[in-house]
Amino acid sequence: MNDFAPTPSQTVGPFFHFALPYDDGPRVAPAADPRAVRLHGTVFDGTGTGVRDAVIEIWQADDTGSPSRRRGSLVRDGFGFTGFGRAATNLAGEYSFTTLVPGTSFATVAIFARGLSHHLFTRAYFSDVDDALLGSLPADRRTTLVATADAERSYRFDIRLQGDGETVFLEYT
Amino acid sequence: MSQPETQAAISEEIRQIEADAAALVSAGGAPELHPRRDYPPYRSSLLRHPTHQLVRVDPEEIERFSPAFGHTDVDELESDLTIQHAGEPLGERITVSGRVVDGDGRPVRAQLIELWQANSAGRYVHKRDQHPAPLDPNFTGVGRAITGDDGSYSFRTIKPGPYPWLNHTNAWRPAHIHFSVFGSQFTQRLVTQMYFPGDPLFALDPIYQSIADPAARERLVGRYDHSSSVPEHSLGYRWDIVLTGPRSTWLEAEDADE
Repeated sequence: MNDFAPTPSQTVGPFFHFALPYDDGPRVAPAADPRAVRLHGTVFDGTGTGVRDAVIEIWQADDTGSPSRRRGSLVRDGFGFTGFGRAATNLAGEYSFTTLVPGTSFATVAIFARGLSHHLFTRAYFSDVDDALLGSLPADRRTTLVATADAERSYRFDIRLQGDGETVFLEYT
Repeated sequence: MSQPETQAAISEEIRQIEADAAALVSAGGAPELHPRRDYPPYRSSLLRHPTHQLVRVDPEEIERFSPAFGHTDVDELESDLTIQHAGEPLGERITVSGRVVDGDGRPVRAQLIELWQANSAGRYVHKRDQHPAPLDPNFTGVGRAITGDDGSYSFRTIKPGPYPWLNHTNAWRPAHIHFSVFGSQFTQRLVTQMYFPGDPLFALDPIYQSIADPAARERLVGRYDHSSSVPEHSLGYRWDIVLTGPRSTWLEAEDADE
């Protein structure tokens, strides 16, 4: 008998707000950094209603393509790039991060929510690049992974859990 | 609106899904190691599960790293949930400890564990939790720790109480502690819940039962460990967490075939 079978996932539930969000969690890079951009969007359920009890995490490389290996991904000193961010959605299902456009072209995104018994992974690409994953998808699904520039230094990345325009979610091999 | 659903109706749905999962395994399928995202007895999953197959992808280099945490992030005292206020919290004092390892049994070192829970009366410190159990002024129910070099962790806390929820008529969650853990790769990220042995609510709970494989869901149950109980102070529970990622080496035990 192998002792190292995986521990199963469970939903984050509706009552995580007093535990998981933390000061400056959505700030992956300082807003004052001239390279900083906003990555934001809404998490929608199958009826197009915003999901107000979701947690979005992003993990990404900096603008040169390097992952952060410095210890201290939670505590922000107001300077520097940490690579990891966490944002709870608001009552309308919206989230927002301050980050850099990653040199690797995408941010890895994890989605947790009440009603989601096992989290979902996806990628937020900052432009429609030539990429093995994007290239493998039909055009209408491919667009769900590409954030759209909606203002100066601002990218919109909506996440649809189900239904029309359902986001492409990933399973790692 | 349809009629409120009874526990009997929910339990029958649970039974049918488990039978379906067992039949798939009998036909040569792999056991279901995680919950079904589409699990109708858990009503909140109905509009929140994807309908497309997940797309299989090789992780890129960045996804093979995980955020680096450390003692600059978390004070050692944050693993003691019983000292966050002026007085002692009410309830049964417990220690929950264990190890976080990967699918090969290697320790997941220096990674963040976050934990949250209801108090001993089954009430969360959360404005949306309005069930009429008392709040405990000496208990918040949030803790954090960084795993040691051997992947170990330990929390001091209070055994949480069961509580009602609105999934169906007379729905009660078994006592549980929420855990959030990171692996050595971001693809190993896990949020889960630890339960307590022998809980009569297990069979009735669609969240626990959403893991259709009985052996898999038993992995969420901590074990009472008398050797980690502290005389005149607290009861000890042990619960190990296994994080698997891409190309997990875990295989079904050979003698489980046929």
